Amino acid sequence: METLLNRYRNITVLLLVIFAQLVLIAVQVRSDQDVRMIRVWSVTAVTPLARVLETVRGGTVGFVQNYVLMHDARADNRRLQAEVDRLKMENLYLKTELSTADRAKALAAFQEHTQSKTIGARIIASGPGANSRVVFVDRGSVSGVQKGMPVVTPDGIVGKVIAAYPTASEVMLVTDPEFAAGVISQKNRVVGTLRGQGSANCKVDEIPNEEKVDVGEWFYTTGDDRIFPKGFPVGIARLVRKGARYKEVLVEPRGFDRGLEAVLIMLEGVHQAIPESAPADSPVYLGTPPAPAQPGQAATQQPVGAGTDADHLVQKYQQIGAAENHKFGEGLPGSKPPDFNIKLPPPGETPAPKTTAPQAPPKPPPAPKSQPTTPAEQRPAPPRNNQ
Amino acid sequence: MTDYGDRFLVGNQREQVSRFRARVLFLVPLAAILFWVYVPRFFEFFGYLELPLLVTIYFALMRRSQISGLLVGACIGLVQDSLWAEQPIGMYGIVKTLVGYFAASVGLRIDVEHTLIRLLLTYFFYFFHQFLFWVLARGLLGKQLAFDAQRTLMLGLLNAVVGVTLFHFLDRLRERN
Repeated sequence: METLLNRYRNITVLLLVIFAQLVLIAVQVRSDQDVRMIRVWSVTAVTPLARVLETVRGGTVGFVQNYVLMHDARADNRRLQAEVDRLKMENLYLKTELSTADRAKALAAFQEHTQSKTIGARIIASGPGANSRVVFVDRGSVSGVQKGMPVVTPDGIVGKVIAAYPTASEVMLVTDPEFAAGVISQKNRVVGTLRGQGSANCKVDEIPNEEKVDVGEWFYTTGDDRIFPKGFPVGIARLVRKGARYKEVLVEPRGFDRGLEAVLIMLEGVHQAIPESAPADSPVYLGTPPAPAQPGQAATQQPVGAGTDADHLVQKYQQIGAAENHKFGEGLPGSKPPDFNIKLPPPGETPAPKTTAPQAPPKPPPAPKSQPTTPAEQRPAPPRNNQ
Repeated sequence: MTDYGDRFLVGNQREQVSRFRARVLFLVPLAAILFWVYVPRFFEFFGYLELPLLVTIYFALMRRSQISGLLVGACIGLVQDSLWAEQPIGMYGIVKTLVGYFAASVGLRIDVEHTLIRLLLTYFFYFFHQFLFWVLARGLLGKQLAFDAQRTLMLGLLNAVVGVTLFHFLDRLRERN
């Protein structure tokens, strides 16, 4: 370095002196805009350099952003897309699992409350052919399945077994053109024959034109076909119009409402009454049954809230009668009626006996009747002999 | 190499560096500057003489040192600038610094004792001085000055003649070995 300075000492000193004087001039002189020349020169000297540096910096940053970072962004995009795909699949799987769980729960609830002996089965295959409405289930003769047994779901009938193999069975769905079953309308009690059409809806034949069927009316099985027990829901009338001789009634079968993955094969069908009201469409939560009453417990300790308003009123009058030692239906005309305005003790407490009247054992009120919401719930609990 | 060229170059190498007393280095430039400032006030014609430049050229040529030449030129030029209130300090300084540097560079290579050489060099450096000043005034100060080359050449000749004479006088102020 020292050698270099010695070698170029003269020119170095010259440049230094020139530079010093340039600075001196720049400090003194002002431009037309009253700006010192040193500032003008500095800006003039620095601006192009700054422009070059900014160009280089911008280019570098742009390159980094456009290529290096975008490369990472593309990788992130691919990773996130894969994550989204995986989550979609997981979501779909969970939805399927949830739906399957709902169906299994509904089937289990139906099995518990139906009087018929049923066995759960899973659809494992569908029959060949474009118009085929035949499926295979994973229960066969080994499980007690026989040809001709009805196949149902909690929402309605599904079909009937047309062939039973040792470990599987072939089920003809209600939509199959060869399927037939006796049905009756809920409201007008019009009897007809349900036939499949190979499409989503079935038709009900042999209903004279003079019979009345309303759109939206439910159809139930009649039990006359010796396949389906009486009183099982079939579907809802979607189209009703007069035909040449018989009405044209299209029924939407409701047995497939929850999908067709799990069904019940009815090993021993039990006829049941056709309900007065339509079955509920939405699934109903079924809680655990109450614990059986202990022998020593009084009937009055049953929850008052159970049953209808009429049940509550009857129960209240019976308690009043028991409290006043009055037997309804035995009083003579003109005798003093019971005081219905007395204040009864709250439920769960034994009413204080009156000392003026002989003590009589309280008459237990009738058990409150539950209000069923589905056809399956309109029957007393059957003996549990299901598998 | 020709005899003429050999005389110029070899003779230059043989020449010793001219030395001057400090007071000479101080008083001669000062006198030149004072002349440049005062005399033209009374004799306008002398305003065409650039004695500070001639002194700069002389000391740079004779001392044969580039640093010395540029420092002498810078000092004389800065003093001139200081005395000329209409122009920023540094204009003459820069110009005379370059003149001193290049004059010393030339003095290192050729025999500057020859009168003709002195005349030509003075003539050239005068023109160079005026032209560089014009360039700097336009470039640094933005002044739209006119450059009359013919007039400059004429004044250069005048200054060269005066300079050769002045140099002979100044040669007597050199220290004798």
